[in-house]
Amino acid sequence: MFLATVAGGLSSLAWGRGVWGHVSSSLPSVPLIPSGGWRIYTVADHMPTFDPATWKLEVGGLVEQPMTLDYAALRALPVTHEIRTFHCVTGWTVNNVRWTGVRLSDLFEHVRPQFDAQGVRFTSAEIPYVDYLTLRQARLSDVLLAYEMDGKPLPREHGAPVRLVMPEMYGYKSVKWVSRVDLVPQAEDGYWEQLGYDRDAWVGRSNGY
Amino acid sequence: MATEPRRYVLRFTRTERTLHWINATCFFFLLATGLVLYLPALSRVVARRELIKTMHFWGGVAWISLLVLVAVLGNTRRLLQTARELETFTHDRFNVGQKINAILSAAFALLFLVSGLLLWFGERNTRFRFASTVTLHDALLYVSLVLLVGHLYLAIIHPATRHALRGMTRGSVREEWARRHYPNWEAAPPEPLEGTTKAAG
Repeated sequence: MFLATVAGGLSSLAWGRGVWGHVSSSLPSVPLIPSGGWRIYTVADHMPTFDPATWKLEVGGLVEQPMTLDYAALRALPVTHEIRTFHCVTGWTVNNVRWTGVRLSDLFEHVRPQFDAQGVRFTSAEIPYVDYLTLRQARLSDVLLAYEMDGKPLPREHGAPVRLVMPEMYGYKSVKWVSRVDLVPQAEDGYWEQLGYDRDAWVGRSNGY
Repeated sequence: MATEPRRYVLRFTRTERTLHWINATCFFFLLATGLVLYLPALSRVVARRELIKTMHFWGGVAWISLLVLVAVLGNTRRLLQTARELETFTHDRFNVGQKINAILSAAFALLFLVSGLLLWFGERNTRFRFASTVTLHDALLYVSLVLLVGHLYLAIIHPATRHALRGMTRGSVREEWARRHYPNWEAAPPEPLEGTTKAAG
């Protein structure tokens, strides 16, 4: 029985996720327990705190018109919505997350990237987390700076007040607690890429999947 | 007031007891650190994910290493005998429920180790990354918790069975209790000989 249990457990590496998907979607969701839900991944000792009175978002680098937005100014920009499934590279997903925020391509129209800018750097208030997209990727119409999740202001552990949402890529690209957006000559390796993850983190087509 | 002295029989060797308490201690440590990594509400309170992750990983490595070390250095012969005993589903020194619990706990330890190592090394190399690793690790946790709750109830609360705890702390149990609960168990020598058995172990 020992060997059978071990063998069954190991074989679940092949079928576990699919079966769990069916089980968890048929169970009622229990508060506090992330059944088919979020896990909170952080890298620093402290989770950033959000104070609407002092918070600022800098948009700069290789742009014609740098901007500094406070929370009200961010919320005053044209609003967009996306309902997308969030994929973590470690294997969990959250279905149909409702994001509300600002389309990055709209933001770029305000700041006007210079010709030599080919990459965008997103700096988190959670130091030293940082990640990059190419300008082309960042301009895809479903890439947002999101300040609402499922109809409510972004909770602290999800990156309050604003996080990047890059739905086509694994979650580590969707930087939380964004404090700076800079146009740079080209995309480089972000926090997880320096630890061996792929820079182009397309869901299902990267990181060994 | 001439009360007959209580007679005791040996139920668990020192090696078995040591393994049990290493397992229990490490399980609770891994449960605590693991829950911080797993539950969003706790992760907000503690926040130091990298530190907790390191503690959880090395706690897991220590858990299995200590179990293997004690099993190899301890009374291995008796341990193998116990393992064979566990795999026959008859009611003798243990009942069938206890045997299933013990086998599952041992198998889960190995599966926890494998899935945990895959999570750790998968973070560093895509070759070790499987979409279902985290599912397996979580599922093991859920089933283990169910087993643990039942185990704690029977070992600490339920009046008829909680005397068994003495077997796991001191090695021996009352002979009349053993006769009543495990009539088919050919009980080992009573207490005076226990010291000899221990020394042999």
